[in-house]
Formats: sequence, C-alpha cells, structure tokens
Amino acid sequence: MDFSSLRLIVLAGHYGSGKTHLAVNLALRWRAVRAPVALADLDIVNPYYRAKDASAWLREADVRLISSAFAGSNLDAPAVPPEMGRIFDDDTLCAVVDVGGDDRGALALGRYAGRIAALRDRRAVLWVVNPYRPLTGRTDDALAVMGEIEAAGNIRFTGIVNNANLGPETTPENVIASLPYAETLARETGLPIVLTSVRADLLPAVAGLVPNPFPLRIFHKPEWVL
Amino acid sequence: MTEKVLMKGNEAIAEAAIQAGCRFFFGYPITPQTEVAAYMARRMPKVDGLYLQAESEIAAINMVIGASAAGRRVMTSSSSPGIALKSEGLSYLAGCDLPAVIINIQRGGPGLGGIQPSQADYFHATRSTGHGDFHLIVLAPNSVQEMVDLTHAAFDLADRHRMTAMILADGILGQMMEPVSLSKPDAADLPPKGWATTGTGGARPHNIINSLFLQPEELERTNLERYDRYARIETHETRHEAFMLSDAEIVIAAYGACSRIAKNAILAARSRGIRAGLLRPITLWPFPKKAFAAAADTARAFVTVEMSMGQMIEDVELAIRCRRPVALCKRVGGMVPTPEEILAKIEEIAGGVR
Repeated sequence: MDFSSLRLIVLAGHYGSGKTHLAVNLALRWRAVRAPVALADLDIVNPYYRAKDASAWLREADVRLISSAFAGSNLDAPAVPPEMGRIFDDDTLCAVVDVGGDDRGALALGRYAGRIAALRDRRAVLWVVNPYRPLTGRTDDALAVMGEIEAAGNIRFTGIVNNANLGPETTPENVIASLPYAETLARETGLPIVLTSVRADLLPAVAGLVPNPFPLRIFHKPEWVL
Repeated sequence: MTEKVLMKGNEAIAEAAIQAGCRFFFGYPITPQTEVAAYMARRMPKVDGLYLQAESEIAAINMVIGASAAGRRVMTSSSSPGIALKSEGLSYLAGCDLPAVIINIQRGGPGLGGIQPSQADYFHATRSTGHGDFHLIVLAPNSVQEMVDLTHAAFDLADRHRMTAMILADGILGQMMEPVSLSKPDAADLPPKGWATTGTGGARPHNIINSLFLQPEELERTNLERYDRYARIETHETRHEAFMLSDAEIVIAAYGACSRIAKNAILAARSRGIRAGLLRPITLWPFPKKAFAAAADTARAFVTVEMSMGQMIEDVELAIRCRRPVALCKRVGGMVPTPEEILAKIEEIAGGVR
C-alpha cells in the first residue's frame, strides 16, 4: 500500500477480525516515513484489549494515541475521544482510525462520514477480514456484515485487508488457504486486496505467494498465555 | 477451510450451546459477557432457535424455568451483578429439579463493581446461589477450547442429574481469543424427560413442575433425596487437572484464568529449583477433595491464587483438613495477578531461592 498520498486510514470489519493489531502496526509503519502520525481508537464496543495496551510501543515510536480516557477502565461507556476532531482539523496529521467491530462499532463513524469522504483519494477505508472467524467464515456472511458496516457508518470501503489468522497457531498454510476467500470478496465487491497481513515470523514462508504482504508484530502477550 | 476457528470465549460458549442442542436463550446484556447474547442473536434464528432479550435478568431466568419445564435445552448468561439478580430463579430451578445451563463471566465487585475480570463469585456459585439447600454443578474452564468442551458437558450433566450447571468463568476468558475446534460431541446416553410438561395428549396423568410442598414431611423427603443425588455426583462427576504435581512440595491451587498464570510461575519456580506444581479444580462443585487430600500427603504447603479476597482457599483447607499451611496470593477489583507475584509467594514459602 502506498502511504505517501494518504492522510487517513480507517479500519473497520467484523468483531475480532484483528483491526486493533493491524491499526497499531500500520501506525508504526507509517510513522517510519511520515510525521506526525496518530492512532485513533474509535472502538465503542470492546471493553478489553484496546489500542491503549500498545501505548508503550506507540509512545516509543512517537505515534500519538487518541483514545478515550475510559478505555481499559472500569467505566463501560461507549465514549468517543474528544480529540477525534483533530485528525480532520489538522491537515498535517496522518491518522489510522481503529473502529469497533460490526455495524454496532461502525455507528461511531457516522458523525465523521462527511469529513472522511471529503478527503477523497487521500483516505483509505479498509475492510479487515479473517476467514477463520466463524460468523464471517463464509463469503456470503462476510459480505452481509460488510453491508451492515457500510450502512451503519455511512461509509464506503475502498479496499480489503486479508488478515487471515488463527492467533498463535497460525501457519503459513492457513494464510495461503485463505486466498480464494479473499479473492471472492474482492471479485464480489470490486475492491482491491490492498494488504495481506501476516505475523512477521511467517512472512518469509508466504512471500511471493500472497498479494501485498504486510508484517504484523504482536504487541499483546498476556500473562495468561503459557 | 480448516478444522479450527478463532473465537472469543463468549462466542465459543454460545456456539457450543447451539451444538449441544440448546434452542432457547434468554439474556440481558452486561459487560463482559455481552458477546454471548450478541452471538445468540445472530445465530439462533438460523437454527430455528429462539433468542430473546428479556426485560431483566430476573425475567430471563424465569423464562429459563419455563423452557426447561417443557423439556427443552435452555441457557442464560450474565456477569456477576446479573447473576445475583437471577438467584431467586436458580433456587426455583433447584426446587423444581429442572436442568438448565447458566453462564457467569465474572467481573469485579461487590455492587456494580467494574467490568474488569474477577473470581469473587466463587462463594456465590458454590455455597449460596440462592435461598434454601441446593447446589449447582459448577464448571471452571481455563481456555476457549474448554469453554466449548465444558459447555457441551454442562448440558449433559444438567440433563443427567436434573439440575442447573453453571460455567463460572471471568472477563479474561470471556474476552480472549484463541483457536478452537468445534467438533460436535457424541450424543450422551441420557434419561428421557418423562417429567416434562409437554401435554398429556389425554394419555397420561399431568406432570407438575413445582417447588412448593404443602407438607413439611414431603419437603424434607425431597431435600434428602436431592442430597443423595448430590452425593452420587460428588463421587462420579468431580474433575481436576494436575500439572507437575507428582513431586511438588508446594502445590498451587488455581482455577480459570489464574491457573494459566500459575503455570508460568510454576515453570519459573522449577527453573530456580523449587518443586512447585498445580492442582486445578475443573469442577468447583463438586470440589476435587480427594485430589487435594492426596496432594497433602506429600506436599509441604499450598498456595491458592485467586482474583478474590480468598474464597476457594476455604475449600482447599477443608479438603486437606488443615493438615498443611495454605497461603493466599490474590489480586482483586479487576486486577490480575502476575507470574512474578505468584513466584514471589512461592519463594517466600519455600524459604527463598535455593
């Protein structure tokens, strides 16, 4: 994906499709070539496992985290961070927006829909898919969820990110086996597969076999993972 | 495409329930279990099942009583404060000897508490989930895969013993994502539900589902018979996992998410020459008393690791008849113990690094 012409990357998709990990990695990659870069957590659905969990990485890389003060706290409030407006007001700022899952999460996009569209070809609105998630494992189910997200957020996707993974058990074969799924979605929607995100250590095994591979670093190794 | 899929614990419970033949789900949203209801809302219509968001937790548990009385597999789910609201209905389910499955994805308390993970409903689940003398079968998974497997088991146990089975998990397990196999279990050999109120067809006497007994002698007899059944369940249905236990001088007792953290601490302790091991109750009721009693024959001390102020510790002390010291390593309020904190407690008891 060519970052140079973009100012905004919006990531939306089915619940649990891997948007937050992708958002953190995209922001870090972008910051390597541009400044300033922000990561905006617009998730109004998820109570745990938020972009805030990667705050140390983001701080170290000088990526500004725009996040609700209540993310990861005990307050279960679907709050949009007050700083969100800045990513539209400040034309020097490049931003990745991590949207909550499904149509419920995409609702938060609605109020920004006009401003997102106004960025025209300086914005990418990416549909993140993972065929190993059971409710979107069939392409017709995935397409239905995509339609719900576009309707709820009043947005149009501009590309697909194939984030096929089985968490820590992901093999290169899993990624390669997902290609027909991603190609079907691309054909049905007319959208390009702009990235195939792959855990960094698996990347050599799939290089040349998947379109636009993008390495993912996993920032969350919780204490309870043995 | 593959045998495994990537699921949240909450979603895994819901799909496993559908696989087990549950076609009635009555729920009410509360963090951190809402995905159970959200998944059911999406899936139930596709399998000719019923998802109904009740007007309250209390309404939901009473709908469970109705569906169960009609002989159908039924489930409800909630998190700590919501489970407290269901207490009356759970007691009625027990008084009516009705099978049902209930999910508690625990959060911090008491009161409204918070939405972060907790294990402070152990007493509530194992001692007094409602008024009167009764028990639930309480199953404590520690992975998304076990959330599938124990949900399957919960429906069979409930039907076999005509009682409520609870999955007692916490926000970590409900929210975490792991690869799981959703292979459908073989149908268990279960007794027919001849007691269900499905219509007599004019061919048999009425079945009556009721927890009111007009004669105290009759109520006493039903209580005594129920506890005979509980004794058989204690004998046959107790489950636990042993990890590096056979030569352990310090035995960690932990269930659910804490047991995963404890394993990290045990490996670290072993690397420092301390023989630590894990005894993980998978059934919290019935509690694996025999396994603990046997461990006390060889262990020097026990440590329970809990996200509570110390609740399961009492069952450990009772099971080993206080023959060994039992220490507590705890975090509460939504905080999660770290392997380092557990290791420090192990080293303190072992008398420092050796």
